[in-house]
Amino acid sequence: MIKYLLRRLVNYLILTVIATLFAYIAASSFFFPRRKYLTSSEPIPEASVDAILDRVNMNDKTPVLERTWRWITDVFTKPWIQKLNEDLNGDWVMHQLGLRAGVSLQLLFAGVLIGAILGVTLGVWGAVRQYKASDQIVSYASFVLISTPTFVLGLLLMVLTTWLNNSLGFQLIRFTGAYTPGVEDGLPKLLDRLNHMILPTIVLILFSAAGYSRYMRSVMLDVLGSDFIRTARAKGATRNHALIKHGVRVALIPMSTYFAYAFGTLVAGSAFLEIIFSWAGMGQYGINAVQVSDVNALTGNVCFTAVIILFSSMLSEILYAALDPRVRV
Amino acid sequence: MSTNNPAPPADTAPDLPQDLEPTAPLSDEATDKKRERPISRSQLVWRRLKRKPNFWIGGVVIAGIALFAAFGGMINVYELNEQDIYNFNSPPSSQHWFGTDSIGVDLYVSLVHALRKSLLIGFLAAPLATLIAAFFGSLAGYLGGWVEMLMNWLVNLLLVLPVFYVLMIVSPMLASQSWLILVVAIGAFGWMIMAQIVKNQTKSLKDREYVKAARYMGVGTFTILHRHIIPNVASLLIVDAAIGVSGAVLSETALSFFGLGIQPPDISLGVLIAQGQNAAITRPWLFLFPAAFLVALLTAVNLVGDALRDAIDPTSEVNRA
Repeated sequence: MIKYLLRRLVNYLILTVIATLFAYIAASSFFFPRRKYLTSSEPIPEASVDAILDRVNMNDKTPVLERTWRWITDVFTKPWIQKLNEDLNGDWVMHQLGLRAGVSLQLLFAGVLIGAILGVTLGVWGAVRQYKASDQIVSYASFVLISTPTFVLGLLLMVLTTWLNNSLGFQLIRFTGAYTPGVEDGLPKLLDRLNHMILPTIVLILFSAAGYSRYMRSVMLDVLGSDFIRTARAKGATRNHALIKHGVRVALIPMSTYFAYAFGTLVAGSAFLEIIFSWAGMGQYGINAVQVSDVNALTGNVCFTAVIILFSSMLSEILYAALDPRVRV
Repeated sequence: MSTNNPAPPADTAPDLPQDLEPTAPLSDEATDKKRERPISRSQLVWRRLKRKPNFWIGGVVIAGIALFAAFGGMINVYELNEQDIYNFNSPPSSQHWFGTDSIGVDLYVSLVHALRKSLLIGFLAAPLATLIAAFFGSLAGYLGGWVEMLMNWLVNLLLVLPVFYVLMIVSPMLASQSWLILVVAIGAFGWMIMAQIVKNQTKSLKDREYVKAARYMGVGTFTILHRHIIPNVASLLIVDAAIGVSGAVLSETALSFFGLGIQPPDISLGVLIAQGQNAAITRPWLFLFPAAFLVALLTAVNLVGDALRDAIDPTSEVNRA
């Protein structure tokens, strides 16, 4: 069992490395960082643009393979902070990642955890009460929520909150940035941070819970028709016992696969929210990187994303093995 | 998930008149005992489907939006990107039904064109992704061995690197290309989750007696997949194709929203929502109309997908606990 999980971990580590390398090579081939300097208001001499791009290893005059080789040697030889080189703003990518990781993780963690639990519960509940009024309400609500991109939902909540704040006459819910600058330390600061978390967290929870509940309901309905549920009932198990002990457990097996993969969507969804709500997080860094063709910043962001997905995938593997004895071979 | 076809007709004459309605094998469909030919699977599904309110609600909304996208431009006097210099930032009015933006472009006309592009992208990319998922997922699950390992690696690689990031990285390449390339890109990177689920289901299905029996009778791999495996995962595939349409439109919208997909002056829902974003608080119509159409379209698509799922999977209907 432990051996199996360790093997999976090694697998995922290799995948993370390949994904990062792939992102670097693809971004190096497709991005055109020189554009930033070509379109600036006063023309910059080509030689100095070359010098800037050479320093961050993004010069399109150097072949991609050569740049990749330099990037790999950098990763292995440079001190920790310099490993992923500088972004186009002249800051170390590793330094930026360090600053931004916490911001993104607090948002993701709340969204994933509460969203998954809420979604799975609603899914089971809906399947058991198929076509009843409560199932219909949850169903229609999650249909609408699945169909709403996080940035649309975020913008909508911003409009509503602005109206609310205006009608109240003071800022009840603040939603610009991750915190208000200049708030004193201690309790006020904590409250201020929590206040800023409200809107983006609500969006993430709603979005992920809606997805989970649809899939869970779908899988659970398949399970409810199975013979083993009938057998359990025939052998004298109560309805709840048969449903939860036998039904939910089996239904969670495909869900544990979905769990890991929904996480990727959530990471992207949370990146949109960071842009909408002006959070200086990882997702904002990544999307900005694409917009300005910053290869190094993007690679750093991909690496970080791959690592957190690695963690969620390992969690899903553990869940899968715990739920389904057949894979423990 | 007993989704196998009813037994083929054995004793009836092969050439029944077309106007005779065939008989259903199940009790709730068997309204008329005289007719003997069992109905086909698609007829069975259609009979169940047409009793679902969700199917009709979703279908009507989709049809409405599609008609609006196709013919909505005819009943409006403005051209795409035509500027009405007397009406900047005009709220919805009798002259401009959905209002105008800061340079006087009529939002109604823009929406019609945006919907066309987004609809096409969604309905092309999603089936593409589902087909790839069904093929690779069932093949890998059935054959196992190195095919499964190869797919695992490929799938896991693309899952460690979220699809949206892949699309983001290749977006500079898409920007100068036709929107059809965007369709292919969305389809080609959208099948992994489903393939993995299909694979896991196939692994448990391939040890069932009827699959074993077929295998030992010498039935070929692809025939077994087509006849025994795919029908058993059809409900999953159909939910996937439905949610996939909304997923594909979402991908397009998100990419375009951040300026990485459809590029102005070409227009799609994502482009419109991006343009309305900054006006969301001061001129809400610029944001609310495109957003409402997007949400309505995707909700309708999901409703139809769900109705299809229920219609295809009879166990969820008959044996509900």
